[in-house]
Amino acid sequence: MSEEGATVEVAVVVNGTPRTVAVEPRKLLVQLLRDDLGLTGTHIGCDTSQCGACTVHVDGQAVKSCAVLAVQVDGSAVTTIEGIGSEGALHPLQDAFWTNHGLQCGFCTPGMIMCAADLLARDPDPDEPTVRHAIEGNVCRCTGYHNIVRSVMAAAAAMRDAEAGTSQPTATAQPSAS
Amino acid sequence: MTLAANPLDTLGQPLKRKEDPRFITGTGRYLDDITLPGMTHLVVLRSPYAHARIRSINTSVAKTMPGVVAVYTGADTAEVNPLPCAWAAGGVENHLDTPRILTPDVARWTGDAVAAVVAETRAQAVDAAAAIDVDYEPLPVVVNAEEALKPGAPQLHENAPSNIEAQWSCGDAAGTAQAIGSAEVVVRQRIVNQRLIPNPMETRGSIGSFDAGTGEYTVWMTSQAPHVMRLLITAFVLGIPEHKMRCISPDVGGGFGSKIFLYHDMPLVAWISKQLGRPVKFVETRSENYQATTHGRDHITDIEVAGSRDGVITGLRVKTIANMGAYLSTIAPGIPTTLYGRLLSGAYRFPNIFCEVTNVYTNTAMVDAYRGAGRPEATYVVERAIDLFADEIGMDPAEVRRRNFIPPDAFPYDPKVLTGPTGLTLKYDSGNYAPALDRALEMAGYADQATAKAEAASRGKLLGFGLSSYIEICGVAPSKWIGLPGEGWGAGLWESANIRVHLTGKVVVTTGSQNHGQGHETTMAQIVGARLGIPVEDVLVEHSDTSGTPFGYGTYGSRSGAVGGIAAYNAAEKVRDKAKRLAAHMLEANPEDMEYDDGTAFVRGSPDRAKTIAEIALAASVGYDLPAGMEPFLDETAYYDPPNCTYPFGTHVAMVEVDRETGHVDLVRYIGVDDVGKKINPLVVDGQLHGGIAQGVGQALWEGAVYDDSGQLLSGTMMDYALPRASRLPSFELDETVTPSPVNPLGIKGAGEAGTIGSAAAVVNAVVDALSDFGIRHIDMPLTDQTVWRAMRVAEAGGAGGDVRGAAEGRA
Repeated sequence: MSEEGATVEVAVVVNGTPRTVAVEPRKLLVQLLRDDLGLTGTHIGCDTSQCGACTVHVDGQAVKSCAVLAVQVDGSAVTTIEGIGSEGALHPLQDAFWTNHGLQCGFCTPGMIMCAADLLARDPDPDEPTVRHAIEGNVCRCTGYHNIVRSVMAAAAAMRDAEAGTSQPTATAQPSAS
Repeated sequence: MTLAANPLDTLGQPLKRKEDPRFITGTGRYLDDITLPGMTHLVVLRSPYAHARIRSINTSVAKTMPGVVAVYTGADTAEVNPLPCAWAAGGVENHLDTPRILTPDVARWTGDAVAAVVAETRAQAVDAAAAIDVDYEPLPVVVNAEEALKPGAPQLHENAPSNIEAQWSCGDAAGTAQAIGSAEVVVRQRIVNQRLIPNPMETRGSIGSFDAGTGEYTVWMTSQAPHVMRLLITAFVLGIPEHKMRCISPDVGGGFGSKIFLYHDMPLVAWISKQLGRPVKFVETRSENYQATTHGRDHITDIEVAGSRDGVITGLRVKTIANMGAYLSTIAPGIPTTLYGRLLSGAYRFPNIFCEVTNVYTNTAMVDAYRGAGRPEATYVVERAIDLFADEIGMDPAEVRRRNFIPPDAFPYDPKVLTGPTGLTLKYDSGNYAPALDRALEMAGYADQATAKAEAASRGKLLGFGLSSYIEICGVAPSKWIGLPGEGWGAGLWESANIRVHLTGKVVVTTGSQNHGQGHETTMAQIVGARLGIPVEDVLVEHSDTSGTPFGYGTYGSRSGAVGGIAAYNAAEKVRDKAKRLAAHMLEANPEDMEYDDGTAFVRGSPDRAKTIAEIALAASVGYDLPAGMEPFLDETAYYDPPNCTYPFGTHVAMVEVDRETGHVDLVRYIGVDDVGKKINPLVVDGQLHGGIAQGVGQALWEGAVYDDSGQLLSGTMMDYALPRASRLPSFELDETVTPSPVNPLGIKGAGEAGTIGSAAAVVNAVVDALSDFGIRHIDMPLTDQTVWRAMRVAEAGGAGGDVRGAAEGRA
């Protein structure tokens, strides 16, 4: 049982904007994002940290935000799906998921994209088994992963092309504050 | 003209989906993303016992907990009717027992709702629920449906002796008995189709809001069928006028059948919102979804397949025990009866079929439609039977399939088991099964499998090829066939669409169908855009709100395209007809001489005498000059009741490697050649097939809902229920044949369930093929490492050929 009313202040940079929020110590990062900051693009799909729908970046690394207490991100930078790109300026992964039909119901998609962004930041040229291994902690029930894997491979190629050529990708896989 | 050169081309084109931008940017709006002013939170206390009498419930402590607004028990909701069952098994006696919104006296499974706690926050409601003290008297439990039929088994419901809900049959008992009695070869096998958990990534939920000023309710719900839910909640459960409730499905994160049904929380949130005068939200946890939302499958089946040594099958007899769970979910009795027995001819010209089904209550979660709903179970029976028969006579299973296929000149084909109690016969619409088989075998390198198997053996692997030549019944269903007098479905199954062409030429389409990932907002726009010659970007598809869309039955049974899509097509035909009549008036031409193509109504033979749809819409909207008797505005509604179902088909080939030492099964290739008729959007169709295949593979290899003997769900979290993961699946290799359906003008059949229907049997057939040297002829799903390893070791010890029970794989 909680100690009702006892709260802790958390100062966190979310999608580039500094925020200070008073939270119950038991509050999870995913609840902070969804309930306190209204960032509902990060989803909750399970209660055992199995599904990955809540994946966000903390200081540039993908984490399952249901497995992190809100108080743990005090002083950190968090990037969510809302911060990685927008409809007018899609991240290459967002664009590739759209082009390659890498989503159906869309519920796992934000977590899947954030997980894949973490992979591509570490490995810009992954082969298919590497992609499949990297997204193993994210469950999709709609696509059989076929088009998700295609999307991630396509985004990797687009980002490599952008890196090599004159054009810049519309957004980078790195969080804005790190 | 500003229109594209030929907008009709969008039919069949792989357009990127219109709905995707909101999902890829995190701006979709799912149920739990909705917050209303003054909203409270509901948490449900569920029975920890699978069967127990509730002696007393003490809520006094919970009511004083911080933030608690109200606590309710079954005593408080006693005046509320039980949930209805909308589909009793057709033509037979049914013993219907359905859940209450809170159970008042006896809990019958570990998800049964005992109390409801409403608090200012979800966390406070969880805390308070833990403080409710329930005094239970545990009762004997039965979880296995065959055990539940035995004398002395615990009885769940007074009106269902021996726990039997219904006994149903189809086909020709005498003819099949005669065929089996006189056959050269008869193969018998018991097969278990294990219980599954559907697992949409978004769990279920509902929000109730009552407006005291208007006396109207609004219920948001994660439903595949919001119009039907409104009818059931108002008229059947709460006894309030249907028009006083608005039901809305916001973005819905998958369903796979489990979100078709009426669940207790839907009327409960409406009821509570009126009691409190405040909105209330309920969202399941994942573990709660596993406990309390419907499961799928769970059949125990004895099959007998008879034929001659030249590979011709002459009879199939099937006896199935279907586990219904503790109560009946909304359409549960129809799944193992109509949607199962009537598909048992598969792709084959079996002259004699007889099927008996017994629906049984047990102390487990309710079982209802899960992707494919009865048809995967039937296909699994048929496709395993073919392989068992082929093994018995020593013939290539591909050749046995070929020898028994319904020939292409036999369509429309009457499989006899599709004839219901009214005598109304449905026939397979069209098909040509051998080319899909041939193509799939070619892609798999089937002819040279000996070489591939030898290569695998050199690496210590046992390579197996498994076939499944499935058919599906899609586009459900003609109302007069499936409805009450026939198959027992307590309503119709037509679908609706409305088209409004606004003054500026922009179009709003509403459909009674419901999008939860299938791409309706794109594919419906493609149909309407193509027929009206309007760019897809200018067509908005609205759905899933009972306010503003005509009544519709929703999305399931692979019916959105073949039924809902045709309603949209027919509404577009009405718009075209009116547009032609108005254009004739504008051009002072004879209406009979008008044609409509590419967004333009024109005089036949004089294409320069033409009006664009935008010009016609403007004229119709302002209404200054209309022909005598014509109403203003282009606004047309169509209700489409299909004359027949549609019958997609295909052949899938699974290639697996089994590790001789560990029993590990690796799905190395998966090939699907599907014929779903014409495709509205191949990108969307292929996505449906991919997802369906993965779910069937999941059943074959990993998934299983497992209860212990006391009714505790051992696979109670996502940690314990093994879902398909990316690392365990290959990319799928798909091809197609195209046999248009003659049932509808677009020639489409449906694809939502095809992958699941075909894939489980293909994978199991492949594993059994890989193990053929051991003399193993059948293993029950899921084919986990342990199960396969044990089967090999038992066979080596001389116990080959016996049944080996599957055990669901826990995720380490």
